[in-house]
Amino acid sequence: MAVASAAAAVALAAVVGLALRSLAAAGQLDAELWSPLTDPRVLRFFVGGARNTVVAAGAGMVGAVTLGLVLAVGRLSRTAALRGLAGAWVQFFRAFPLLLLLLFLAFGLPAYGIDLALLWTVVAALSLYNSAVLGEIFRAGILSLDRGQAEAAYAVGLGYWSTLRLVVVPQALRRMVPAIVSQLVTLLKDTSLGYFVLYEELLRRGVLAGQDFGNTLQSLLMVAAMYVAMNLVLSRVARRLEVRQRRRYRAGGIDVTGGPEDLVAVEPQPASTSGT
Amino acid sequence: MEAVLDNLDFYASGVLSTVTLTVASWAGAFVLGVVVAAFRVGPVGPLRAAAATYVELVRNCPLAVLFVLFFFGLPDAGLTLPTYTTAVVVLSLYTGTYVAETVRSGINAVAAGQAEAARSLGLSFTQVLAGVVLPQALRTVVAPLGSLFIALIRNSSIAFTIGVVELTGTTSQIGNRTADYTAAFLAATTAYLLLTLPSGIAVDALERRVAVKR
Repeated sequence: MAVASAAAAVALAAVVGLALRSLAAAGQLDAELWSPLTDPRVLRFFVGGARNTVVAAGAGMVGAVTLGLVLAVGRLSRTAALRGLAGAWVQFFRAFPLLLLLLFLAFGLPAYGIDLALLWTVVAALSLYNSAVLGEIFRAGILSLDRGQAEAAYAVGLGYWSTLRLVVVPQALRRMVPAIVSQLVTLLKDTSLGYFVLYEELLRRGVLAGQDFGNTLQSLLMVAAMYVAMNLVLSRVARRLEVRQRRRYRAGGIDVTGGPEDLVAVEPQPASTSGT
Repeated sequence: MEAVLDNLDFYASGVLSTVTLTVASWAGAFVLGVVVAAFRVGPVGPLRAAAATYVELVRNCPLAVLFVLFFFGLPDAGLTLPTYTTAVVVLSLYTGTYVAETVRSGINAVAAGQAEAARSLGLSFTQVLAGVVLPQALRTVVAPLGSLFIALIRNSSIAFTIGVVELTGTTSQIGNRTADYTAAFLAATTAYLLLTLPSGIAVDALERRVAVKR
């Protein structure tokens, strides 16, 4: 294997070397193309773009979580019409590209006298589109809860809505936190589509900076690096939450399977199992 | 409504363009993904590292950024590709990372005894992977690969922004020309449904057909 490793290392180095040489030949490694990216004012411009990206993704997530909860409850409703409506909503918003929805909100809605600010156009598109995804995630979360939870709530006299609000949804939401965080990576990436309707997020600012300094390639590489950094952090957080959660449930949390552990399961969770 | 009815042939060409773009990009993504997955589980250190780096970098970069980077950035570096080729390359590179991760999870799901038995018969790593592990691994990931294909149908819409007139591009142009964005949008939604629903059914059928009977 040592021979193969050495050969592969040489081949990879050759590819990188060739790429760097053609970049150098095109003058793309010249210092004056890269130096604007170290200017504090330019950096602030990029960070401002990243902030706009995070704001749109965050607001879109809040909208999507809210709509997703409503959809999940609707899909599990006892009323057939509600189930059908929520199911149709989920199928509809999963069927076509986010870009199409975004273009419709930006160019089609004004015909109806609805002219959203750019930020809200992006937020609305992200919320609607991801509500379908999150609705399915929540539904899985609610279904993964033991039936005994709802049955016990009914047995102590809670009604349908109280059971949902006090017993089922809080537990389902907590279980879904890792999935929500990893969906946030998707949302953050999708925010870049705001570029095409002129929302001034990270990608648009990168293109603007590239036009100003004549360093499109360098500015866009900067944008890509910032996105990768943000998403790597988020993915890492999601993975950690997932591991922590798995540990918590193994330690005997919500899962009620019968036997003497049942008594433990209804007690509040000890703080020590929530991890550090 | 006339906005749509008068432009049915234009819509048809948009659908056709989306289909060819998706199929071409899927071919690229599938080959790339399987090769990268093989690198990631393989014994050659530098290839493992290169494959992991590619997946982490490209998967965490938005598709729109990749499109803009390849379309506006690469010509600066002296590499100018035709627009359509650029779209296929970008979609293949992006989807390839997801295919690679899916195939890798399929490989990890194959019982270790399978590879051990094949090794003990004297097969080389490549023979074990291609002849024993991959055929089993791919069967188990037909459904997630199908979801990726359907996601690719939708993702191909971003190619419109660099000038490939596929279904979303067609819709946008008809919307602009007729000012009836609602009809244009609803027609496009229907067209996307006509592409994604049969794809889903085909994936289900394929999954049943290649399933390992136990």
